[in-house]
Amino acid sequence: MLRLENVVKSFGGVVATNDVSLNFPTDSLSAVIGPNGAGKTTLFNLITGHLVPDSGRILLADEDIVGMAPAGIVRKGIGRAFQVASIFPTLTVEQSLMAAVASHVHMSESLLTAFPPRSVRERAGELIDLLGMAPVARLLCSNISHGDQKLLDIGLALALEPRVLLLDEPTAGMGPEERWQMIGTVRRLWEQGRMTLIFIEHDMDIVFEVAETIHVLRYGSVLATGSADDIRNNPEVIEAYLGTETPEEVPA
Amino acid sequence: MSLFREFRRDVLLALGALAVLLAIGFGVDSAWPRDFLTSIFAIGLLAMSLNLLIGYTGLVSFGHAAFFALGGYIFGLLLQWGDFTATLGQGSVPVALLAAVAGTALYALVIGAICVRLTEIYFAFLTLAFQMFLYSVILSWVALTGGDQGLMGGIPRPVFLGVDLADPYHRYAFCAVIFVICMLIMRIVTESPFGYTLRMIRDNAQRAAFLGVNVTRVKLICFVVSSSIAGVGGVILALFTSGAYPEWAFWAQSGEAIFMIMLGGLNVFLGPLLGAVALRILNDVVQMYTSHTEIVIGLVILFVVLGLRRGVLDFAKDWWVERQQAKLAAENRESQQ
Ligand SMILES: Nc1ncnc2c1ncn2[C@@H]1O[C@H](COP(=O)(O)OP(=O)(O)O)[C@@H](O)[C@H]1O
Ligand SMILES: [Mg+2]
Repeated sequence: MLRLENVVKSFGGVVATNDVSLNFPTDSLSAVIGPNGAGKTTLFNLITGHLVPDSGRILLADEDIVGMAPAGIVRKGIGRAFQVASIFPTLTVEQSLMAAVASHVHMSESLLTAFPPRSVRERAGELIDLLGMAPVARLLCSNISHGDQKLLDIGLALALEPRVLLLDEPTAGMGPEERWQMIGTVRRLWEQGRMTLIFIEHDMDIVFEVAETIHVLRYGSVLATGSADDIRNNPEVIEAYLGTETPEEVPA
Repeated sequence: MSLFREFRRDVLLALGALAVLLAIGFGVDSAWPRDFLTSIFAIGLLAMSLNLLIGYTGLVSFGHAAFFALGGYIFGLLLQWGDFTATLGQGSVPVALLAAVAGTALYALVIGAICVRLTEIYFAFLTLAFQMFLYSVILSWVALTGGDQGLMGGIPRPVFLGVDLADPYHRYAFCAVIFVICMLIMRIVTESPFGYTLRMIRDNAQRAAFLGVNVTRVKLICFVVSSSIAGVGGVILALFTSGAYPEWAFWAQSGEAIFMIMLGGLNVFLGPLLGAVALRILNDVVQMYTSHTEIVIGLVILFVVLGLRRGVLDFAKDWWVERQQAKLAAENRESQQ
């Protein structure tokens, strides 16, 4: 579904993405891990068109999307949630989702009809139920908990019915219990939604438990790719930074 | 029409407001309320339309009055042009009105296409620069515009459909109808999917783009709509004064509209209109006591901005929203226990 071929991106002297080739098969669930500054967010910025690679190809269902504008790439079916929840502070949860759905059905420029049209309201209602956000639906986005804000950010991406969903640290800034809850929701969305899901995460227990395939990044390069067992037993990964014993958590 | 069904409440409110305005204009045996309200129609549309940019989209324009002035000048110039009124006869006034709106929209499309790509302070400066450009064109093209004298000699207003705009009652009713229609249009636009897209852009333009919104195009549409309505405000003032004057395109005119928004509030639909009424009344009252009106008005605005930290209606809205939100949050906590 999504394939990166020899993608390179540098900022001045820093090579944030160093000849990265990755394959994300249709409907797979993959994790990207690596220490802070490894180039994980940069990878997402390249895929979503926020950054343009210096060289290499990014193929969505065999179509090269390099050079397309972010809004165009979204329309092609790549949705994204952000490391720091990116939401609309003065709108309610429900209004934000309805506005996102309106954009998806090409109504952002409809001036002469009432908001929300019924179909838009219904679709937003489905998303609210899917995310379990009914209790906070009428609260302003600035008034909901950090965890709910992260969840809403994912919901906004889902409003566009993406074929590929990129989640940048969905559990960032959460306590242990909340993390497992969030990752459970993510897993459920993937199982129900039939989409290619890629998430960035640095809690190894979570990654090993949830992801089908794991890609380890370091200094902008792919250090290893494989299943949880492959990664756990990969000597390079262990030597690089997992420590000697069974890994606990990669330092953030 | 489904649009009127969807906005039934607003349409009824608009009709009610129009009835009240007409009752005041025709019922009170004095020119003062008619004159006062007509000037409110004009500058109220200027402030209300500017708030589509400032309050709804987060685009602070310092040059909005340019479009106000342009609407007035196009309208006045067309009607002063003998061939135009000779050719169109009865149709002169309606065609001049439509031409003023279309001309302003076209000018706004060109200016907006350049400005909306910029953000914040650069957008503000550029709109100001384009306004000063129009101002100097008006001042220097004396043969066409009359320069600093403005459009002199009155604006001819051929009777159409039995409406004689030389008659103060007819003129007042005509302006009231146009004003209410424009208010209704703005209400519909701000409560449409487009209106909520504007709010998304105001809150977080980057996220809106990542949700597939063409941010530049949406901003441009907003710029054109709001400028066209400002142009209608200019037409009303041209009708009212039977002329058009370069001060309408001066930066102080835009500044006054911004004051009105600050005073009345930018997050409530009618905030700028309330601000326009308040500022006009304040101006008239202060003028009775002192010639230093600017100083007194400046102090009042300072008090509102520093004291309430927002416009009057924003203050009321925030108070109400906070209460609602607290109540909802409390309900959630209870139901979770
Ligand atoms: N826009 C940018 N400009 C300059 N340097 C950047 C930019 N984005 C990321 N970097 C650099 O690229 C490297 C990778 O960053 P990032 O992708 O955010 O890492 P991660 O998400 O894995 O923590 C870092 O050294 C960071 O400083
Ligand atoms: Mg990151």
